[in-house]
Amino acid sequence: MAKTFTIDGKVVPFEEGETIIQAARKAGVYIPHLCYHPEFKPHGSCKLCTVKVNGWQTASCTMRAGENMVVESNTDELNSERRTLTQMLFVEGNHFCPACERSGECKLQATAYDLGMMTPHFDHFFPNRAVDASHPDWMLDFNRCILCSLCVRASRDVDSKNVFALTERGIKTKLIVNSKSGKLGDTNFSVTDKAAQVCPVGVHIRKRRGFAVPIGERRYDKAPISDLSHEAAVEVK
Amino acid sequence: MSNNQSESVTDVVERVVAKHGRDATYMVQILREVQEVMDWISPEVMDELQAALGVPRTKIEGVAGFYSFFYLEPRGRYRVLFSDNITDRMLGNRVLLDRMCSNLWVEQGKLSEDGLVSVDTTSCTGFCDQGPAVLVNNVAITHLTDERIDQICDLIREQVPVVDWPTEFFEYQDNIRRKDLILNSNIAPGEAIRAARARAMAPSAMSLGRGDHARAEVESLRMRALSPVECMPATHENPGGSVTLISEMRRSNLRGRGGAGFITGLKWEACHNAPLKPGQQRFVVCNADEGEPGTFKDRILLNAYADLVFEGMTVAALAIGARRGFLYLRGEYRHMKDHLEAVLSRRREQNLLGENILGVQGSEFDIEIHLGAGAYVCGEESALIESLEGKRGTPRNRPPFPVTHGYLDQPTIVNNVETYASAALIMIMGGEAYSRLGTPKSAGTKIHSISGDCERPGIYEYPFGVSIAEMLEDCGARNVQAVQIGGPSGVLLAPSEFDRRVGFEDVPTAGAFMVFNNGRDMFEVAKNFTHFFQHESCGFCTPCRVGTSLLTNLMDKLDSGHGSPYDFNEIEKMNQLLLSMSHCGLGRTACNPVLHTIAKFRHVFDKRLMSDDFVPAFDLDKALAVARQMTGRDDEGAHLKTMVSFGEH
Repeated sequence: MAKTFTIDGKVVPFEEGETIIQAARKAGVYIPHLCYHPEFKPHGSCKLCTVKVNGWQTASCTMRAGENMVVESNTDELNSERRTLTQMLFVEGNHFCPACERSGECKLQATAYDLGMMTPHFDHFFPNRAVDASHPDWMLDFNRCILCSLCVRASRDVDSKNVFALTERGIKTKLIVNSKSGKLGDTNFSVTDKAAQVCPVGVHIRKRRGFAVPIGERRYDKAPISDLSHEAAVEVK
Repeated sequence: MSNNQSESVTDVVERVVAKHGRDATYMVQILREVQEVMDWISPEVMDELQAALGVPRTKIEGVAGFYSFFYLEPRGRYRVLFSDNITDRMLGNRVLLDRMCSNLWVEQGKLSEDGLVSVDTTSCTGFCDQGPAVLVNNVAITHLTDERIDQICDLIREQVPVVDWPTEFFEYQDNIRRKDLILNSNIAPGEAIRAARARAMAPSAMSLGRGDHARAEVESLRMRALSPVECMPATHENPGGSVTLISEMRRSNLRGRGGAGFITGLKWEACHNAPLKPGQQRFVVCNADEGEPGTFKDRILLNAYADLVFEGMTVAALAIGARRGFLYLRGEYRHMKDHLEAVLSRRREQNLLGENILGVQGSEFDIEIHLGAGAYVCGEESALIESLEGKRGTPRNRPPFPVTHGYLDQPTIVNNVETYASAALIMIMGGEAYSRLGTPKSAGTKIHSISGDCERPGIYEYPFGVSIAEMLEDCGARNVQAVQIGGPSGVLLAPSEFDRRVGFEDVPTAGAFMVFNNGRDMFEVAKNFTHFFQHESCGFCTPCRVGTSLLTNLMDKLDSGHGSPYDFNEIEKMNQLLLSMSHCGLGRTACNPVLHTIAKFRHVFDKRLMSDDFVPAFDLDKALAVARQMTGRDDEGAHLKTMVSFGEH
């Protein structure tokens, strides 16, 4: 008999050591998330995947599943707080969806739609962030960075290159690249790196290949991000 | 501490890196020591560090960028940081800062044009009882006056090295005003270790002394402990010894003095019981990252009672079976490092640290001092451990907890300075006697740092259960409007609550006690604390990173008269979000100062409201501030009318 816990009343089996979000995905239960990626060590920073475990709130990407846990996820209270988190991420950076190459492929945009975010609600911070187009094949638009650290983890753990890192702290926290000039073109980054494939938003942009798929026909245009079957097909490739 | 011209960047980096065994887990220490010579972490320093340590540049940059006291841009040979706690503000630090800036012809936060000096603010430096205070190249100067500011400016202009400045500048007081168990103690070095050994050897000797008066008990036990005791190693040859010491700690009901109040004995027990993988060991860490604004009691404990603290750490090592310990000292207390190193050296000479402690074969423990570099969040135990490992001070995901996966993923206890001092005394007086001090759920005594509007600011030790009113009376506070207890993350009490008592049952505190009289504007207090949290948020999790900035913006909006009751609801919603979604206690408590002030001093908000309806934060006139600064104009013609009169046209 496999051990089980429940999410919103649904019985979910799990294996020892699995996190709540891992077990939930296998059982076809979607928990909103941005910094989580099934192939990488969880970071637990975006807090979108926060659930209530036996009444206590915790990030489901870092919390291991336990026998008979009672997990709440798809509730008005949690979704409302998640929506606020997406609003915070929108006003913290410079996200102009209509002009973004990643529109329709962007997890922040898709999650915001899915959670019913209609306005940014807060005043925009309008940070001043430069774009790095120094690399011949790749561009970094830091305006869209949500500090999920997925490219940091991919470059460190898969590519063994440590091209990316976070520096500064608080609201000034930012993504940097591993070169004295601070430019991507002076690093050993390559478009075939894993780090090039994991950005949930539109920081990492391939040059000379804009809008290959028309807006309206993109991944999250066709089905919402909460549609796990379609999401799994893309992520586990 | 100024640039030594004879030593090249390569030489300095090589010397420092070699001293730390080319070990990147010493990154914070390495960066600090290099900067003390080079004045900042220049790109050349970064090159050399990268080569010498063999780590990616991003790692060095990421760490250096995290801590306030590391500079990736030149900040001058003289770096002046004004402590900017509300108590410093109340003592007029802003006027002094302006005076210094205009004296030195420098703009706050910017490097002077000749590259000599920078003047800026920093979070509370732990001298609230003798402020306003500054740090000059990390050395503290207190009791600032106009005259002293002018003298400092002269010394900087004449480029006199800080070490040659008048010694009276660097004098500061302990200001101990009320002593109890800890501050009255006068134990000989080694006494608590001997007492612990005696207990570990003889488990039956646990319930020593049943006298009614705890103080008499301490004395009698002190005499016993001083008599020669045959010692045996508790942890190596007598594994039962650890259990006895931990039982003694549990019997004392001592709770952590850092604020959270976790039962110390349970923490030690969990660490002692944590399994060790091959090659692993256990660690004892003392949290001296006393960053909560308004707290300075650890500074006094480390200045005047360092032996007691180290004794407590050694006892803890004996109890959990640790060979290495760390004192994590906040960067603001850099000026105490030499003193503390001297105490550690003496203790090694006295055979109280090192190998074969007190002549017992196999008994080994030593303590290293690690300095922080200006990051309040490192007071959180897992962030502190990250910093000890030479990383960015970001709190870890928990579980697992440090007691099983701490320093270098090995079992680690992290306790407050005062907790260790108390543990040392518990070994001498016995857990049971200790547990009878204070209140049922809060055993023992607590040291408070009292500052603000009172005649006798300083250090006061009381048994738990003392009322706020009694403390106010003792420190000579008159016409008190409010008391902030436990610092910004604690509680704000109004006069109707002054009969409440200190303790985990009622008003828990890590030791800050800031008094505000009727002349103070409580809005300014809340605003200061809100800015503090924004500045100290580590930026890891979304709710705290963005939420503390949004909250600061809301407070500034209210301050500028653009607030409405709508904004109160926004603050309440923000609090809910930060409470439920934040990664650590910093975010969870960041709204407290504002919420408490709204609840208890609503009038200070009301008088700033221009309208009962929503008013946008955008202020056309304020938006022109940059243009005014660029053109050097601030006359009437350079200002638009305010939003309200705008609307009346």
